[in-house]
Amino acid sequence: MSGTQLLDATGIAKSFGAVRALTEASLHVSEGEIVALMGANGAGKSTFVKIITGALRPDSGTVLIRGREARVGSPAQARRSGLVPVYQEPSLIPDLDVADNLRLTDTPVEPFRRWVEELGIRRLALSDMIGDLPLATLRILDLARALASAPDVLLLDEMTAALPTDLVERVLKVMRQKADEGMGVIYVSHRFGEISELCDRATVLRDGMSVGDLKIEPGVEDRAVELMLGQKLDLAARDIHKTRGTTGDRPRMRVKGVAIAPKVSDISFDLFPGEVLGVVALEGQGQDELFECMAGFMPPRAGSIEVNGVAADFRHPADAIAAGVKFVPGDRADALLAQRSVRENIALPFSARIRAWGGLKLRHERARVAHAIARLQIDTRAQGEVQRLSGGNQQKVTIGRWLATGVDTLLLFDPTRGIDVRTKRQIYPLVRELAEQGASVLFYTSELEEIPLACDRAVVIFNGRVVDIIDAEVADEQTLLRAAYGLVAQEGAA
Amino acid sequence: MSGIIRKNAWVAGLLALLVVLLVATRMIQPGFGVSGLESIARAALPFVFATTGMAVVVIVGGIDLSVASMMAVCAVTAAVLMERMAGVPAILIVLALGLAMGVINGGLIVATRVPDIVVTLAMLFVWEGVALLILESPGGSTADWLQKSIRGSFLIPGLPNALVIATVCIAVVWLPIRRARLGIAIYATGSDERAAFRSGVAVGRTRIAAYGICGLFSAFGGLSLAALTGIGEPVPGPYLLASVAAVVLGGVVLGGGRGGLLGPIIAVFILRIVRTILTLLAVDPNVTTIIEGTIMVGVVMLGTAATMRGART
Repeated sequence: MSGTQLLDATGIAKSFGAVRALTEASLHVSEGEIVALMGANGAGKSTFVKIITGALRPDSGTVLIRGREARVGSPAQARRSGLVPVYQEPSLIPDLDVADNLRLTDTPVEPFRRWVEELGIRRLALSDMIGDLPLATLRILDLARALASAPDVLLLDEMTAALPTDLVERVLKVMRQKADEGMGVIYVSHRFGEISELCDRATVLRDGMSVGDLKIEPGVEDRAVELMLGQKLDLAARDIHKTRGTTGDRPRMRVKGVAIAPKVSDISFDLFPGEVLGVVALEGQGQDELFECMAGFMPPRAGSIEVNGVAADFRHPADAIAAGVKFVPGDRADALLAQRSVRENIALPFSARIRAWGGLKLRHERARVAHAIARLQIDTRAQGEVQRLSGGNQQKVTIGRWLATGVDTLLLFDPTRGIDVRTKRQIYPLVRELAEQGASVLFYTSELEEIPLACDRAVVIFNGRVVDIIDAEVADEQTLLRAAYGLVAQEGAA
Repeated sequence: MSGIIRKNAWVAGLLALLVVLLVATRMIQPGFGVSGLESIARAALPFVFATTGMAVVVIVGGIDLSVASMMAVCAVTAAVLMERMAGVPAILIVLALGLAMGVINGGLIVATRVPDIVVTLAMLFVWEGVALLILESPGGSTADWLQKSIRGSFLIPGLPNALVIATVCIAVVWLPIRRARLGIAIYATGSDERAAFRSGVAVGRTRIAAYGICGLFSAFGGLSLAALTGIGEPVPGPYLLASVAAVVLGGVVLGGGRGGLLGPIIAVFILRIVRTILTLLAVDPNVTTIIEGTIMVGVVMLGTAATMRGART
């Protein structure tokens, strides 16, 4: 069924400084159509969504809504022109009650109530404070609020990520029903299952460009994965020297059946000394929580974590650090003392370890720090303040400090995000060197091509579960991406 | 539901504390009655307005360090104008001036994206200089009827005039705003700026409006200062820190989004009465400030602990 064209976005381009997030993205939605928007991490999906919904202005390109150019300058304008988004994170105000949140967007109350009930939420009072409601309920309220304003086009961005299965079913059912009544839907999702159940078409983004429009039919998954990968920039760094360190047969860290509310339901794997274990996951599959849990930020709700065969009951990051588990967060700002020198930042774990004033081997420490700095190939002109280093060099400091200090277990969360290719290539050998020294490294990266480069094995996490453990040496990107999308043959999971 | 109860619980707690303090004052000083209350209310008037303005800005997620300086500008302007023209137009001009100063503060913050605390710290000095330019040394005069109207308790028998005037001014400005979209937008912006933006709130304009309201209340504060002293005093009074203290004690969360105006206003009176009691007890003034600080930390800690327990059950 294809009626009038509701949304027609063509040739959208957007740069942030020197980074071109979108070069030529297009998307069109007709009456009664449900279109999936797909793309690997960093393909430009979220920028595209923000532009369509008016949260960002494009550098060039046009967005037509019902054939009329939409001068979309703000979410409020997009809403008025008939395109209503439901964003990935709730856009309800935590300190206001439900009624005030409706007034804020001029949403009529009666249809809202009806949709809330239709979507399976009972016992909701308009005077409930948003901040007191559980996340799943908020997602439904967001959706009900969008539906109540009777949109022409509804945009759902990873709407189902935080929902339990029964609510997902309801959401899909309502979407289908609304589409049959003529509404257009843009469905941004990582979940092939839901896409093939719900959508008519899929538009695939890669490197900021629309690279294909697929009809949803059996076997479309393979085609979509192919499109998402395309011809990737070849890192050509197979030459990175991979020698395993002293791999023991006893795991350094053992994660058993760990569950963390709300996203992680069942994760188990062993991390051996001398290995780099990759973590393959699309955004928001529970890897953030897993790393924070292993680093002692919060206890797991179920399951256990062992370090060297002893149950680790981390109540505080200090417990994890004492057990030799060091966490390098994805946000470099969390790990560095921005105003202090490179030298101080590298020596920080040393000083933190010092318990007594006597017998301080200062000269020894200084030598090791100096060695680490030389090893990191950091432009020395900016050494005085870490904040003046480039992002890549900052990241080298966060990893390099452990080279100098020595580390048992290192949890690296997306260390190469937003870093140029050259610096990336300097980071992989650093990680390998740590493993050679006998450290265990858990390495999450949002860039799949890094897995074969830096890792020995990789655990694949999808929807809060380990769905596969892959030998990284032989994994090509297609295998990894398929795995990341949960497209693993059941018997293949081992 | 629990949210409303929680919000009102803080105000109710403050009211209870206020009553306890009033009773205590009465016990220490048996002669303390309507006239004592009247003098406390009168002295509290500039503090009430400063606190109200500060509260609005804190709710939107900012802070205005230039409150006391803006009050000084308004006080001297009022004193200078009233020497030359009738009281009512002078008052209107001063109110417009306060609003304009607030809008300038907010506009600078939104346009430059420099943090609120930096911009308003700078404006603290700017407005202070402006006040001194207008009037080098204390002087000018204020309308007789204005000075008389904030004394005594004849507007509504039994209630101090100062209290009645403060209530009317604040209600006239704030209630319509609170009930309109702007009020929700102010809370929304302070609560979660991104979510507010996504919900269609013009975040920049909302912040400018909040600073404008703060400027307007500063103008009321400046006018009340001029009316109390009968002259214009170009050097800012101790209203900045006092207003922040009352805002915090009044249950408005620094960082924005939570709290109302009633709590901070009650908190002003609590802090004033504590000071009165300590004076009556002839406590060393240096010890007085220690006790005031201790009370603030204690009350806020107790209140936070209580609301957290309430949230868990």
